[in-house]
Parts: sequence; C-alpha cells; structure tokens
Amino acid sequence: MIVFEKVCKSFGAFQALRDVSASVGQGQIVVLCGPSGSGKSTLIRTVNRLESPDSGRVLVDGVDTDPRKININLFRRDIGFVAQQYNLFPHLTALDNVAIGLHRLKGMPLAQARQSALEHLAGVKLEDRANRYPADLSGGESQRVAIVRALAMKPRIMLLDEPTSALDPEMVGEVLALLKSLAEQNLTMMCVTHEMEFAREVADVVWFMDGGQLVEQANPGEFFTAPRHPRAQKFVSMLHKH
Amino acid sequence: MLEIIQTHWLYLLVGEYPRGPLGGLAMTLIISALSMVIAFPCAILVALCRLSSYRMLCWPTTAFVYTIRGMPLLMLIFWIFFTSPVILGFNLSAFATITIAIVCFQTAYMSEVIRAGILALPKGQFEAAGSLGLGYFVTTWKVVLPQVLYNVIPGLLNNLTAIFKESSLAYVISLHELTYASLQIMNHEMDKPFQVLLVLAGIYFICCFSLSSMAGRLEKRISSKREQNRASAIVDPVLSKAIPSNGGATP
Repeated sequence: MIVFEKVCKSFGAFQALRDVSASVGQGQIVVLCGPSGSGKSTLIRTVNRLESPDSGRVLVDGVDTDPRKININLFRRDIGFVAQQYNLFPHLTALDNVAIGLHRLKGMPLAQARQSALEHLAGVKLEDRANRYPADLSGGESQRVAIVRALAMKPRIMLLDEPTSALDPEMVGEVLALLKSLAEQNLTMMCVTHEMEFAREVADVVWFMDGGQLVEQANPGEFFTAPRHPRAQKFVSMLHKH
Repeated sequence: MLEIIQTHWLYLLVGEYPRGPLGGLAMTLIISALSMVIAFPCAILVALCRLSSYRMLCWPTTAFVYTIRGMPLLMLIFWIFFTSPVILGFNLSAFATITIAIVCFQTAYMSEVIRAGILALPKGQFEAAGSLGLGYFVTTWKVVLPQVLYNVIPGLLNNLTAIFKESSLAYVISLHELTYASLQIMNHEMDKPFQVLLVLAGIYFICCFSLSSMAGRLEKRISSKREQNRASAIVDPVLSKAIPSNGGATP
C-alpha cells in the first residue's frame, strides 16, 4: 500500500531521513516512535508530500507520489492528515471546518455538506459544538474536529503526527479513544506518538527511528519486551523507568 | 472661523457646482473612494503575485513595488500628467491623473501590508488546506484571505487614510478639490490664512477619524459575529434538525 524506497531528506545540514526503505500493508496500523528529531514526522509527511524527499521514492498503491507525475490535490483527498497543532481554520465554525472539504472537493451543495458534516461531528459526540469557532473549543475537542475533518473525506490512509502531544493529560484520553475506534475500521494508519500504551494496544507494527534511520520494525509485544536494536533497548528501558 | 464656514460652506463642499465644475470635499471623496475601490483588489493581486513561485508573476510585481517605493508621489503625478500626451497621444484629465497616481502608489504599499499578513499566517493553515486537497484558488479565497484581511485591518486603515490625504496633492495639477477650494478662499480672504487652514485641517481630521471608526466598527462586527456564535452555542446546545447557521460565512 505505502512503500518507501531509499527515502532521503535534509533540511540544510541536518539530515532528517537517511535511506529509509519500508512498506505498510493495506489496513495496517503503524506506530512510529523514537527520540525527538529522529525523522518520524518527516517520514509520514513524505506520504502526502508535505515534504518532498531529496532522493528515493514514496509509492502509494504502486503510484509514485512525485507531484510532477500526479495531480497532487486529487491524490491528497484520499489521505487524511492530522497535525499536532490541530490546524483548524479559525475563521470557520467546527461545522464548516468539516464541511469545506465536502463542499469544495466532493462537490456537495453547501446545505448537504453541512448536514453530512453535522452527522460526522455527531459520530464523535461533538454535534453541540458544531457552531463554535475553534477558539472556543478545548484542545481535545479541536483535535477531534481535526480528525473528523480528515475522516469526512473518506480517506484510504490516515497520517497522524503526534495527535495528542499538545493536549492536557485529561484530554488525551478522549482523542485516543477516537483513534482506537478508527483502528477497528480497516483504515491504513501511520501514527507518530509518544503514547506507548496506545501503541501497544492498537499497533500492528512499531517502527523505531533514530537519527533519520528506521532501525527496528517489530510487533508491539516484541518491541516493548525485547527490542533488538541497542538504541531501541535504551529507549524502551527509559519508558519502563517512568 | 465660523464666518468663513458660513460664507464658504457650499464652496468647500462642492466647489462651483452646479454652475461650474464639481470640486471641494465632494471631489476629494470621489477621488479617494474610487482610488480605494481600485487599489484594494489590485493590492491583493500584487501581494499574491509577489509570493508566487512563478517568476513571470513574481519579478515584475516586485520591480513595481520597489519602483513605486523609490519615488515621491508628487513626482509620479507630474510624470503621469506631463508624459501622458507623449505616451498616449492625448492629455489625461487631472482627475484621471491623480486617480491613476494614487492607485499605483497605494497598490504598492497596501500589497506589502497584505503580503506581510499572508507570511504571518501559521504554516499549519497552508498544510491543513493542502492535506485536505484544496487547490491554490480555494485555499487562497476561502482559507488565506479571510484570515489575512481581517488581521491586517489596522495596517490597511493607515493606507486608506493616506489615500484620502494624498488626494490633496491634486491641487498641484489644479484639480478642484478640498485643498484647492481652501486655497481659493484664502486668496479671497487675504487676512485670514490661519482660520481657513484650521477649517481645512478640521475637515480632513473629521473625515479620517470617521474612516478610522468605520474600520474599527468593521473589526468589531467580525469579532462579535464570532462571539454571537459562541453565545448561541451555549444557549442552544442541541442543534435542531434544520441546517445550522454559521453566521453567514460560506466555507
């Protein structure tokens, strides 16, 4: 489904990704973990081309995602992306944040797009927040709206870049609960997170990254009990101390 | 001073109209309004071109802004006024000259205010729009500009009042507007330059002040529309089956 072929990416002198090669199967849930600056975010951002690799290729369903070869906007409709900072549109209500994609991209008339958006919000128990602007939503609510905004487009792939890192501890739970329910829907997911409990519970496979390299791929049971790579061993032992 | 207003109010307001050409404050307002209405969309366009990755759009507009920034408005007015017969083959009227000059000038300045607003928008907004799959035009029109134009209202207000005041330069090419009218009155009332100029200053101040408060009210209206939604969301937590309103904006 998603194939990384020797992906390299630098920001100035900093090499964020070094020769990453891996693949994600249909319906698979990959959780990426590793220390800060290890390239996790950059890697998932290459999937929908928020970052372009300097060399190497990213293939989605066998198609090279080079924007010179495909219609990038059409391609991105099928890939949901949720960022740490929610990135809701502050001048639109929660409802219209969800409706804008349905109206502008799926060609629904505005009334129908809003109705559908309302149903999507109701799906995560946010229908009573529909008319609010993002400034009046809590962090957890904002992030759920952001996830719904992506889901409303019926994506084949969901990319989540630290979806709970900006949230207060008591709000993390509501977002994780939503993500767990997604995990049951046979959606291909790549999720960068520091929530190791969550990773253990929902991940099909854990990718551990360090220094721009993908150093270990393991199923969560294995990874959290007996990581193979020394760097991963250190990382996991740090987790157990907390 | 009151005496001056009493004797000359009509002349200050509309010039010699209807016996002669329209002038006075009416002319100043017409020039200003027309310049604002033309310069504003031009400024948005120039700002977008300046930020474009297409050199064909970016380079000429950048050159335009730098050129305009490097010349006094008065000189631009003279340039247009005295070279138009050579370049166009006919004389531009004083009215057309001053309007073109102010539009060129303020397009350049306002475009920089708008460009700054676009650059200040969090990168996440562009990423969110992009990762939804929204194209350039929808992103610009529905995501970027509604936020940017609201944010730059205070900056743009400077430019709008500047347009109003710059229209006084039309005096140098003998266009009958407010400043011209006052100076005519001053010639007439030889011994009262102070009073006449004070009246003139008063009129400019009142007009600019009204413009400021109009912009202030616009700002408040937009933010209170958002407040209102907050209130309605609290009062009426469960939405009816009808399509919820969202305060008039279309996504």
